[in-house]
Amino acid sequence: MATATSALIPSAEIAAKAGRVEGFWGSALRQLTRNKLAVISAVFIIVLGLSAIIVPEIYPRTYAEQNYDAITQGPSREYPMGTDQLGRDIFIRLIFGARISLTVGLVVQAVILLIGVPAGLAAGFFGGKVDTVIMRIVDILYAMPSLLFVIIIMTYLRGTLNSNPGGFWEYISKIDKATGGLVGVYIGLGLIGWLTVSRIVRANTLSLKSQDFSTAAQSLGASRGRIMFRHLLPNTIAPIVVATTLGIPSAILSESGISFLGLGVIPPMPSWGLMISESIVSMRSHPYMLIFPAMAISLTVLAFNFLGDGLRDALDPWMKR
Amino acid sequence: MGNRGAYIVRRVLMLIPTLLVIYTLTFVLIHATPGGPWSQGDKPVPPLVLKRLNAAYGLDKPLWRQYTDYLWNVLHGDFGPSFTSRSRTVTDIIKDTFPISLQLGIVAMMLAVFAGITLGVIAAINHNRTADYVCGFISIAGISTPSYVVVSLLVLLLSSQLHLVPTGGWNGITDTRVIIPAVALALYPAAVLARYTRSSMLDVLSADYVRTARAKGLNETVVITRHAIRNALLPVVTVGAIILADVVTGSFYVETIYQVPGIGRYFVESITSRDYPVILGTVLLFGALVSVMNLIVDILYPLLDPRMSN
Repeated sequence: MATATSALIPSAEIAAKAGRVEGFWGSALRQLTRNKLAVISAVFIIVLGLSAIIVPEIYPRTYAEQNYDAITQGPSREYPMGTDQLGRDIFIRLIFGARISLTVGLVVQAVILLIGVPAGLAAGFFGGKVDTVIMRIVDILYAMPSLLFVIIIMTYLRGTLNSNPGGFWEYISKIDKATGGLVGVYIGLGLIGWLTVSRIVRANTLSLKSQDFSTAAQSLGASRGRIMFRHLLPNTIAPIVVATTLGIPSAILSESGISFLGLGVIPPMPSWGLMISESIVSMRSHPYMLIFPAMAISLTVLAFNFLGDGLRDALDPWMKR
Repeated sequence: MGNRGAYIVRRVLMLIPTLLVIYTLTFVLIHATPGGPWSQGDKPVPPLVLKRLNAAYGLDKPLWRQYTDYLWNVLHGDFGPSFTSRSRTVTDIIKDTFPISLQLGIVAMMLAVFAGITLGVIAAINHNRTADYVCGFISIAGISTPSYVVVSLLVLLLSSQLHLVPTGGWNGITDTRVIIPAVALALYPAAVLARYTRSSMLDVLSADYVRTARAKGLNETVVITRHAIRNALLPVVTVGAIILADVVTGSFYVETIYQVPGIGRYFVESITSRDYPVILGTVLLFGALVSVMNLIVDILYPLLDPRMSN
């Protein structure tokens, strides 16, 4: 009998230690905090975000301020990252670039979620014709060369806003000016990017729809809207969170690429991509002008990728490696 | 088998509406953009010249007419005249520039396949050991570094510092000038392929038939090369073909910086100069490339993996 009691004790102890039953998100968070790379990445992203918000407000110079007495100076006490060909402070331009990049990442993901989640949910839940139509659109857009499409949308929007149309466009124009001319990038990347999210949501909805809990909800007389938004959607959030986190770096890379080509942000507003393209001509004599923005992009994208991978491991017990 | 045939026919037929939608969307967007191909210079074009130019290029016709005319010409293999290079047609331009992008893309793809699969296999064999973490770090760094940064850094290092290769240009795939753009283009797909290979190798290595192979006393090299890699590469093939389309259609950064006269660089120029036929031609060509690649993958996959053919 003694052996039986001692075998019972550990499980009782575990239950006592846990205190309460840990929920899905609680255990996911615990998993995530055990992943060092993910934690470091999250800290990096938070610090970057906070500096992007705060530093420009307290820093003595702005991103467009030119000092012709200090052109192409290396890093110094006064200019922590040196100055560019126009005598502008690279550090504050980099920080403003972070504003641009993080905003692009977040806004594009918001557009993607706004289109992709309802589309996937509707396709998976209603099936039949709705599913066919939505999935055909997805198939067709998948064949669209995405960067070309974004560039075309960008040119369209820029041209339209420059020709000063009134009414609704006036409003868009204000947003566009405030964001350095990137509304076209938001829309373009959003219109192309929702495909993957909608496929994930659809696949999840399809498999959840046939599970007992949704049959139970149905037999209890829950409306279709309630089943969709109260039962199916919450159970799809984990893969959506992962896809969104991993989508941010690809949006950041696309924006910096388009700005690099000179088709994105409007100078003097800095973007990491634009800063790199401005520094290429003189990269042999002034490599720091290239190195700082290049590192900023790589580290930021790296951090989001690590965080996304960490989230995937933490949120999806079956994907763990 | 009849089922398969019908599936393939249906998928091939889907190409038609796909390309039609891509064409329509692009046509509408570029024509809705204010300003035309002749208003891009510093001096305004005199009204009479403008009228003649528009008449010569059919831009004075109603839009629906331009839409159907261009479509008709494309179906006959004629992508129209280029507005900026007046002596060449878009078909000429595509013939000159696309093969270069394709060659560069294929070299990059071969590099990527080789490097990616090697990294992925090494990582999987050394699961959760140092080599795995090193490979993982290399691949995630590759995913995080944009190709234009890679080109710039390589030019800085290999051309300016070490003087090993020229700083730009193109002279066929046997010239040393191919190295920098190919490596820069290969990095991202290599990283993606490495991740896919690793996870699919890990799946395969824990499969029953690998255990059987080990149990019957085969040495580890045979188990990995004969039994594991072959099967692990199946899902890799799918991403591979799609990545080739990505590499070819996404090469314009690399082409722009390294002055490779490929189609990507041409597209960027055509956008700023409102060269409608070049824009439409490039988008259609790339759209066709992406859809055909997707199609090949969907058709090939069940052939490679009999479990999928239902």
